[in-house]
Amino acid sequence: MSKATLNTDTVHRVGFLDKASLHIPILRILQADGTTYETAVLPVIDEALATKIYDTCVFTRVLDERMLGAQRQGRISFYMTCTGEEAAIVGSVAALDAEDVILAQYREHAALRYRGFTTEQFMNQMFSNEKDLGKGRQMPIHYGCAALNYQTISSPLATQIPQATGVGYSLKMQGKRNVAVCYFGEGAASEGDFHAGLNMAAVLKCPVIFFCRNNGYAISTPTEEQFAGNGIASRGVGYGMHTIRVDGNDMLAVLAATQQARAYAIEHNAPVLIEAMTYRLGAHSSSDDPSGYRSKEEEAKWQQHDPVKRFKLWLINKGWLAEADDAQRYEKYREEVLAAVKVAEKLPIPMLDEIIEDVYDKPTPALKKQLSELKEHIKKYPQSYPKSAGRL
Amino acid sequence: MAEMNMLQAVNEALSIAMQSDERMVVFGEDVGHFGGVFRATSGLQEKFGRSRCFNTPLTEQGIAGFANGLASNGMTAVAEIQFADYIFPAFDQIVNESAKFRYRSGNEFNVGSLVFRTPYGGGIAGGHYHSQSPEAYFTQTPGLKVVVPRNPAQAKGLLLASIRDKNPVVFFEPKRLYRASVGEVPAGDYEIELGKAEVVREGKDITLVAWGAQMEIIEKAADMAAKEGISCEIIDLRTLAPWDVDTVADSVKKTGRLLINHEAPLTGGFAGEIAATIQQECFLYLESPISRVCGLDTPYPLVHEKEYMPDALKTFEAIKASVNF
Repeated sequence: MSKATLNTDTVHRVGFLDKASLHIPILRILQADGTTYETAVLPVIDEALATKIYDTCVFTRVLDERMLGAQRQGRISFYMTCTGEEAAIVGSVAALDAEDVILAQYREHAALRYRGFTTEQFMNQMFSNEKDLGKGRQMPIHYGCAALNYQTISSPLATQIPQATGVGYSLKMQGKRNVAVCYFGEGAASEGDFHAGLNMAAVLKCPVIFFCRNNGYAISTPTEEQFAGNGIASRGVGYGMHTIRVDGNDMLAVLAATQQARAYAIEHNAPVLIEAMTYRLGAHSSSDDPSGYRSKEEEAKWQQHDPVKRFKLWLINKGWLAEADDAQRYEKYREEVLAAVKVAEKLPIPMLDEIIEDVYDKPTPALKKQLSELKEHIKKYPQSYPKSAGRL
Repeated sequence: MAEMNMLQAVNEALSIAMQSDERMVVFGEDVGHFGGVFRATSGLQEKFGRSRCFNTPLTEQGIAGFANGLASNGMTAVAEIQFADYIFPAFDQIVNESAKFRYRSGNEFNVGSLVFRTPYGGGIAGGHYHSQSPEAYFTQTPGLKVVVPRNPAQAKGLLLASIRDKNPVVFFEPKRLYRASVGEVPAGDYEIELGKAEVVREGKDITLVAWGAQMEIIEKAADMAAKEGISCEIIDLRTLAPWDVDTVADSVKKTGRLLINHEAPLTGGFAGEIAATIQQECFLYLESPISRVCGLDTPYPLVHEKEYMPDALKTFEAIKASVNF
């Protein structure tokens, strides 16, 4: 046992610690009316940053609304919204450097947008067309973009958590003053990979920001059936890392916490855990119907805590946004999204040859043979494989 | 008899098993009040209480380890892994623990009263991570039984037999058929013996073997072949481990030809095991090479799903090639 990590004081009567032994406050800076608490220390933010944050939120709202609609119309096969969690996602990404590497779960497309992913790029992925960076291989919303330092989404939960630890270690070894940023939900934090990733990051001193979106539900499972402890934050303390819990619907609190977490992670080569308390206002995905497991009243209550609205009120108070311009901002993005949908859905799917690319660095002889046999087969029955028969 | 889909049949089997075995518990992600993302456990919590049907935290390795613990101590554990694509965090618990519990302890302990139910397979636009067919990873693990039903009546009888079998079973449910496959299901409690294949159609020119969702594919291919005057004998393997060598070998001795179809990639797939065994058992009876119609050796692709699938047309072509060899 090392004195450096363990307390050495002793007691002589049995006494147990419990979850209340650890007091974890919630950082909140912005009030519901858009004013800040008197004693609050604000993040570093100017009008340009604030506008970019808000603009990203508006785009994301529009994208979610339109693409969920497109899914309902059968134009895309699947969709996931991040409605209600925009402050957690955009507030955190806005604190980062563009070279910081993001490893997301799947509900963080707002962060990708903030980084510069274009409307066309979103559409190309969702419509699995020949311009999709992922070559049409994954379901809609599984984005990734090397140029924007945003690793491609993998559906299995929590696999990105220990990977972020490895990315953080590599950034340290490469002498970069950057961090890895890992997003995940409170449900994913039950996976073994969560424990492995956080423990290793603390022990190996990796500059990683572990950002937990505690949004109340893992599909249908509420947090009270997910963990019995003091949220996710208490675990960060247990792993020996700097930890903070923030109001995830408070853009300024998230931004402030992430800015300081990043500075600490780089200065000390150490991980930080941020637990953002928020609420998944939408369904888990387009395949899910929350009416089977939660009430309309509960959803309505959380509608009152809309993070975008709260931030908007602050912007208006600051004189950085005019209410009159807001509708136009939404309308602009609605038109942009709709136009991009119309283009993307008409583009063909990737060439059949792509099916064997990237399995390995180059296709094996066996794969080439399988492709060649497949092409011969399709030529024989072109009407049965209409998407690829015309472009062999 | 009542007409129902495969989900309803699974649900009914679970309900009957829980009724007849008060030590049986059903658990997994979202399986409690919500009834699972596919609703296979719908109503079980209401009927049997929260202590017997419940949500677990989101951890497949935890679910599998917990199941091993329950089964090792006198309970009947039926765990749901939400998608077979997500079974891999549980791989260690299933392969190193469930499968070897009895052997390593000299039968001091066992986890025989244990079933892992998990939806598998493609054809639902699910991409890499909602489409895989990982059965062959488990068939290479002695100590596990691996079962795959093809329709609602089979699902009910095979699941009831799996739950009562004295060995851990990985029960793969073809999710493409969950609602699509509707059929007459016998009422009440019945079991279909594990380890027994079923000849679902007799024929004389070639034997076709598959399991689960691919059964309807080979049946369709056999219909196409029939129009060309080729008579196919169709076998549903049903249990992959241990598999029914005799039923397949007897058929091949009669037809002289064998085709195996599975959705999983060709290389290392279970068809290879069947082919090797049958060429050993039936070498002098074979009139053409054993044919495999399988998925490509690539991850399961989203946009080229149709091209990837070992469909009826590919099977039909392979039947003709085998007969005309």
